Amino acid sequence: MIPGSFDYHRPKSVADAVALLVKLGEDARPLAGGHSLIPMMKTRLATPEHLVDLRAIGDLKGIREEGGDIVIGAMTTQHTLIGSDLLAAKLPIIRETSLLIADPQIRYMGTIGGNAANGDPGNDMPALMQCLGASYELTGPNGVRRVAAREFYQAAYFTALETGEILTAIRIPVPPVGHGYAYEKLKRKIGDYATAAAAVVLTMSGGKCTSASIGLTNVADTPLWAEEAANALVGTALDKAALDKAVALAEAITSPAADGRGPAEYRTKMAGVMLRRAAERAKSRAKN
Amino acid sequence: MNVQAPIELTSAERAEKLQGMGCKRKRVEDIRFTQGKGNYVDDVKLPGMLFGDFVRSSHAHARIKSIDTSKAKALPGVLAVLTAADLKPLNLHYMPTLAGDVQAVLADEKVLFQNQEVAFVVAKDRYIAADAIELVEVEYEPLPVLVDPFKALEPDAPLLREDIKDKMTGAHGPRKHHNHIFFWDIGDKDGTDEAFAKADVVSKDMFTYHRVHPSPLETCQCVASMDKIKGELTLWGTFQAPHVIRTVVSLISGLPEHKIHVIAPDIGGGFGNKVGAYSGYVCAVVASIVLGVPVKWVEDRMENLSTTSFARDYHMTTELAATKDGKILAMRCHVLADHGAFDACADPSKWPAGFMNICTGSYDMPVAYLSVDGVYTNKASGGVAYRCSFRVTEAVYAIERAIETLAQRLGMDSADLRIKNFIQPEQFPYHAPLGWEYDSGNYPLAMKKAMDAVGYRALRAEQKQKQEAFKRGETRELMGIGISFFTEIVGAGPSKNCDILGVAMFDSAEIRIHPTGSIIARMGTKSQGQGHETTYAQIIATELGIPADDIMIEEGNTDTAPYGLGTYGSRSTPTAGAATAVAARKIKAKAQMIAAHLLEVHEGDLEWDVDRFRVKGLPEKFKTMKEIAWASYNSPPPNLEPGLEAVNYYDPPNMTYPFGAYFCVMDIDVDTGVAKTRRFYALDDCGTRINPMIIEGQVHGGLTEAFAVAMGQEIRYDEQGNVMGASFMDFFLPTAVETPKWETDYTVTPSPHHPIGAKGVGESPHVGGVPCFSNAVNDAFAFLNAGHIQMPHDAWRLWKVGERLGLHV
Ligand SMILES: Cc1cc2nc3c(=O)[nH]c(=O)nc-3n(C[C@H](O)[C@H](O)[C@H](O)COP(=O)(O)OP(=O)(O)OC[C@H]3O[C@@H](n4cnc5c(N)ncnc54)[C@H](O)[C@@H]3O)c2cc1C
Repeated sequence: MIPGSFDYHRPKSVADAVALLVKLGEDARPLAGGHSLIPMMKTRLATPEHLVDLRAIGDLKGIREEGGDIVIGAMTTQHTLIGSDLLAAKLPIIRETSLLIADPQIRYMGTIGGNAANGDPGNDMPALMQCLGASYELTGPNGVRRVAAREFYQAAYFTALETGEILTAIRIPVPPVGHGYAYEKLKRKIGDYATAAAAVVLTMSGGKCTSASIGLTNVADTPLWAEEAANALVGTALDKAALDKAVALAEAITSPAADGRGPAEYRTKMAGVMLRRAAERAKSRAKN
Repeated sequence: MNVQAPIELTSAERAEKLQGMGCKRKRVEDIRFTQGKGNYVDDVKLPGMLFGDFVRSSHAHARIKSIDTSKAKALPGVLAVLTAADLKPLNLHYMPTLAGDVQAVLADEKVLFQNQEVAFVVAKDRYIAADAIELVEVEYEPLPVLVDPFKALEPDAPLLREDIKDKMTGAHGPRKHHNHIFFWDIGDKDGTDEAFAKADVVSKDMFTYHRVHPSPLETCQCVASMDKIKGELTLWGTFQAPHVIRTVVSLISGLPEHKIHVIAPDIGGGFGNKVGAYSGYVCAVVASIVLGVPVKWVEDRMENLSTTSFARDYHMTTELAATKDGKILAMRCHVLADHGAFDACADPSKWPAGFMNICTGSYDMPVAYLSVDGVYTNKASGGVAYRCSFRVTEAVYAIERAIETLAQRLGMDSADLRIKNFIQPEQFPYHAPLGWEYDSGNYPLAMKKAMDAVGYRALRAEQKQKQEAFKRGETRELMGIGISFFTEIVGAGPSKNCDILGVAMFDSAEIRIHPTGSIIARMGTKSQGQGHETTYAQIIATELGIPADDIMIEEGNTDTAPYGLGTYGSRSTPTAGAATAVAARKIKAKAQMIAAHLLEVHEGDLEWDVDRFRVKGLPEKFKTMKEIAWASYNSPPPNLEPGLEAVNYYDPPNMTYPFGAYFCVMDIDVDTGVAKTRRFYALDDCGTRINPMIIEGQVHGGLTEAFAVAMGQEIRYDEQGNVMGASFMDFFLPTAVETPKWETDYTVTPSPHHPIGAKGVGESPHVGGVPCFSNAVNDAFAFLNAGHIQMPHDAWRLWKVGERLGLHV
């Protein structure tokens, strides 16, 4: 439980941070809230020789509306997300999800950028970002590029981030007013990662579902965007038959690992149960 | 001069000011604990102190082909790397266990469980030590792994303990297989067989009490400091039994006992985890002797959970014989006990299965038979009493589950079955068929109070309705009602049947009154959070009429405290608490002589009044304890030695037998397997109640542990013997959010043989709580004929039960 030795850097700007990361190469890792990285360093699963702390870079913090998008700086803490009036009004599912992450102490430190960039399928933000159709702004030595959250995750801890790149902001299209939403997460206790979780955002009109998007957490080695399952809801009244179908389609794309949370079959079924409950709750919240 | 006479307080007012027994005195130790001013082992920082850390085995069973320490030794800041080869010449590569076995201090030629200690690195700081252990290169040749205890005794099972392979007689008799540790039995086998043959109903189940581990906030740790000039060793450590550690260190090291100073400072929880002797202690001592400077060893959480002393791992085939109207005729139980790689159980020496023979519980039955086979497997050793007096938890689990399954087979309500078979108040002292003499109890009274409090019959009616609704598909929830009526056996114990390595299990108290009437008292026990500094002072306050706030309690320094066997098995109040009362009474007797002298009356003319002796019939003529204390030093009666102090070593005449009635109401979501505890009611009878607030705190803590154990805690191994989930990410430690709300209640049946009638309460809630939760879960599924459901009852396992029963279509 004692990390190996490392050098600590605290750049003041994105440019400096990128320059450092480029110079130090594979041996360096950005440090955000440290609540995924440092536990891994303590068990020596991660042994970076350099930590480039992003906390002194003011530009990376904050939540703002820009065109039809909400833009969240990567270093915005989960605690800040929970307290944001803008998010509460436009994207309440972010608040709902954040409140289910870890515990208050961790949320004071943990950032949305770290959560999204980490690449751990247990993190809650990635599936939510996929559900919301978010894109990630990655800043590197060659400037800024945008990658859709739905394209970002390759395998556990493998993402589209290149060495020398920093996730600087997350851009989320604002869902229509009156949308229904829910994040349902099954966990063993406060501070646990999901046994399975589902994010649902949908719209209703005339008693019918007019659009739907579904993200699933911790039931594969990446977050899952359950496109077919969502399509199966559109055009239905979200009745039992439609939910049964969506659940079956969602379960079909899962491939969870067995761990202390349960065997694979259980976690697959729980993805289905969470989806069903999230869809029902989203429906009850949607303006018709 | 116009002096106003002080307003004289009544006896009751004076008694209240003492804060003696029965009052909810606030815990005095909390002032320092809540302000971060406790003094724990890791707070001990000595000049030149080094740090030790272990290289641990990655394999569960493997031959060590070579250990190369050269790279580690070359790392700047590393002073030594010890292996078994270094300890062998000192004959310290193995150490004796409390259970009559030996245990490898550092793995000798082979490793027997994952994370076993292989080498001990000593370095200038923790970080260097942690780096250095990565540089020690160990070459292993993997061997077949034995994880399943049911396979341990198969003819072709791998040989684990090569060191004792020719020793076919162990500490507890013959061994029938190379992986066999002992066979132990008790009771009337033939009589039991006869009773079973005649019974209308025989109810048989195999109840597994899975492997778990205590989770004290502070892990095991020590600082060893050898003064080579004086030839004296000082050892600070997280020791629940510091005197026993001193004796063991003396026996192992050959250092004379008076040159060993063992100090247990504040301890951050023990729960049995800190009773045993561990490799870390031995290695720190050896390193300090070799290097001549202090050496600290602190285990981390993963090391704690995966190496130092697991608990339980009992597989109990339990049978009850009964008449068809529910009178129990006999009990038969066979236990397969998985002890891991070494038999390091912390039980009194003559009891290889602890007090498992309390397994007939609270029920009157004429005959019973218990047998236990202990086996070796490739798992960590231990077998400590995790907040439980020596396998009592296992015993209570067996009987309280067996009562439920019998009730089901009889088609009887399980509360009624219990009531029908209770030992009756007039039967005490009760001679149980497996040997114990229960000192006192009133079971029907406690059961009735509990049933009334929870509205038991109404709960059953509600459950019936819910079951109907479930069958009709109107709800996806199952309601379970858990009952546990436990009898514990604590306070080990009488020297006639309890010793540890030959040291009888008495305990002690030494009380010294200073001239101005304040007190220092020392005991042979050691609080790890139980609040001894508060409660022992309350006993003395009541006995001697000195305010509790004027009494200082000190434990843990073996140079100053009288010899005692330490704190575990709820023994402090039954033993040292008794010694405290007896020592106080010796002082009081002398005080009476002094008072008689001062008041110029005959001793027999005096009577005790709260804090003073007064002349019978002349209440205005009195001497307070404070006045007597002054006189005892400065004007004692002729022929009486000055001073006012006493020591008592208390060898209890019997154990004490606390009991309780617990009820739990649970709702289980069959679609997720998530169980929610709606209500938990705990009635405890621990005899005389010294401090109701501390009792309540103990009950809350113990119930929380019981909840954790029953509903999720588990030290799990995969087939290769890899220990799974040995961190708090997986090992279920509930937070305030998951923890149910506890309702506590009590009855009082004083122990007839204890000087103040107290019985001990620390472990009752864990012992009684686990079966109560498990019974609630089992009860929820019982109407669907689920059969016995093994613990832990975490969500996925309960979901699997639903799956098996076809509830998920
Ligand atoms: C006990 C516990 C329970 C937890 N439970 C949950 C939970 O239920 N759900 C959940 O989602 N999370 C959980 N977490 C994780 C927590 O939310 C983390 O804070 C989060 O995953 C990572 O954010 P961070 O800011 O701490 O990142 P760090 O730990 O600092 O970094 C994580 C990784 O991302 C990289 N990184 C960080 N920021 C950037 C960036 N801007 N650009 C590029 N790379 C970057 C780092 O190099 C590192 O590899 C838990 C953590 C703990 C300790």
